[in-house]
Amino acid sequence: MPSEFHQKAHETLANANLQLAIFTATGRLKDKRVEAVGPGELPDYQELRTQANAIKQHAIDNLDHYLELFERNVAARGGHVVYCKDGTEVSDFILALARERGAHLIVKSKSMTTEEVDLNERLEHHGLESVETDLGEYILQLAHQRPYHIVAPALHMTRYDVAEVFTRRLNVPNEIVIEKQTALARSILRQKFLAAEIGISGANFLVADSGAVVIVENEGNARLTTSAPKIHITIAGIEKVIPRAQDLATFLKLLARSATGQLLSVYTSFLSGPRRPGEIDGPDEFYVLLLDNGRTRLLPDKNKRQSLFCIRCGACLNTCPVYRRIGGHTFPWVYSGPIGAILTPQFMGVQQEPDLPFASSLCGACGEVCPVKIDIPKILLELRSDVKKAETRDKQNRLEKLSFRVFAWLMTHPRLYEMAGKMLRSVGVPSIQAGPLRAWTSQRDLPPLPGRSFREMWRRR
Amino acid sequence: MSRDYILHRVRTSLGRSPSEPIPDPPPARILIPEVTLDARVASLIARVEALAGVALETSDPRAYIASAIAGKTVIASNSPYLAACGISSLPGVESGITDREQLRNACATADIGITSADYALADTGTLVMLSSWAEARMISLLPPEHIAVVPRDRILTGLDELFSILPNPAEQSSSMVLITGPSRTADIEQILVRGVHGPGKITVLVAP
Repeated sequence: MPSEFHQKAHETLANANLQLAIFTATGRLKDKRVEAVGPGELPDYQELRTQANAIKQHAIDNLDHYLELFERNVAARGGHVVYCKDGTEVSDFILALARERGAHLIVKSKSMTTEEVDLNERLEHHGLESVETDLGEYILQLAHQRPYHIVAPALHMTRYDVAEVFTRRLNVPNEIVIEKQTALARSILRQKFLAAEIGISGANFLVADSGAVVIVENEGNARLTTSAPKIHITIAGIEKVIPRAQDLATFLKLLARSATGQLLSVYTSFLSGPRRPGEIDGPDEFYVLLLDNGRTRLLPDKNKRQSLFCIRCGACLNTCPVYRRIGGHTFPWVYSGPIGAILTPQFMGVQQEPDLPFASSLCGACGEVCPVKIDIPKILLELRSDVKKAETRDKQNRLEKLSFRVFAWLMTHPRLYEMAGKMLRSVGVPSIQAGPLRAWTSQRDLPPLPGRSFREMWRRR
Repeated sequence: MSRDYILHRVRTSLGRSPSEPIPDPPPARILIPEVTLDARVASLIARVEALAGVALETSDPRAYIASAIAGKTVIASNSPYLAACGISSLPGVESGITDREQLRNACATADIGITSADYALADTGTLVMLSSWAEARMISLLPPEHIAVVPRDRILTGLDELFSILPNPAEQSSSMVLITGPSRTADIEQILVRGVHGPGKITVLVAP
């Protein structure tokens, strides 16, 4: 029985429209990135990557220190830090606060971390209205889907899909002009922003020495979310903390360039605490919820902990030959692509998601484009080894062991190896495609086998 | 309580003990290039224009704005610089609001919001705005059009210079926002649409 992962991958591969959509969109993002980090635009790109990596390494290696420093500085600015083990603790906190303040409407800006814990569903289950305000996320919320891509959440949908969702869910006339669809969302969400009592955002960075939350976006919905309602709640993974505001000079140069090829995103908000005396607007209450949700599981292994350096730029997705074919919804959790293939098994446990570390050609492109230099290919290999260690004594494993033993034996017996090669060449490629390797070969073309082996050619030279 | 539980887990996983000193972090990487003021002005203007904004240098921002706002509903921030330029007192410009609700309602119905900016970044075409009694957050956000008047000598080379002048922006304000071009999205079919939630039009006036 093929796994759900394989099934979904096949479905995506068979869907020509989807193939075109994924390939075009990721291709465009990929090209823009290449231009934005090129020597003309960013001559010190490699030095910045090295610096970003060193800062993240230092911050994660001393995470407890920086979390406590961040906490003290948030408190000094009149904000509150709340540690949450999991999604239940997050929603319990928000529900209690909403009840106390008599709040019913929540506006939300884009946050992968809240997707991890299905926050909207949890809040709506308890009678709160929680509205996504990033255009892509809003469309997905209406369509009841999860993000297809870390940066471009509705990458897989066309204007016609959006028109269908809007007519069905918002009861509006069919509208296929993208500008008009955007204007419609703007006017509906504008009313939500002005009426909401609570705004919930994610965070791109938590700045320890300032007690600040940094949010990067293009639409302005995160600014509205964090500034219009009287209560602002940030939900961020504990790994998001960086030591100093000055480190942003490094990270901000890398993030937007790697994500969308912009020099900077349109809006970068640096928020520390509620509005201060004299300030005209801004929230009266400021909370930062620091979420574990499996992150501490990644810390003990000195090498694998670098998975937590990720700044969610999505560059590895756009460049990955596997993601670009099988798409985002094939992946079992919110994180897709190469980074999803290393994060998900580590958050969930390798036995839960044994397919993911193998969903890679190990071409190395993901590691090459990573702005914080996470060695994704190496972690994929280590996770493969973890999966195999966990997979004890089952049939597949015995077969695999046997085939590797036969292979090893052949390789150490050159005469037999040559004979086997000759036999294979005489029966030809079709026999391989019909044999036990069919599952693999049905999706791939094999080149025709040459008439003679290299050894034979060498001898007859 | 989850605080202690999580911090304990972090420490034991990293092999650290409570309040164990940490090694020095790698030095922050702040490199400020030398660029003349004229070149900074030129770069700022070129970058804003590349983002489909309007940018120009003018010795009389009041006159430019007077003609740009004719017949429109306009709200201006309480910035003393705008007042000194004679912009806040232009006919048809509302200014001087200090109440949050009142300001929000005014911004929600205005066609244009006019602000100053604390700094601008030449190499990215960015406005830097710190929230205060003089500059509210909503004026550069709710109206569909934003006009910012920036004193020439506030144009910095880029992020590195900004963070060397403001090593900790939290000391100045609860909110610092960097604005680089008009609000935009490409969430549907990667087609660029401007003005999705924030202003779709942005004008940067470089003034004396």
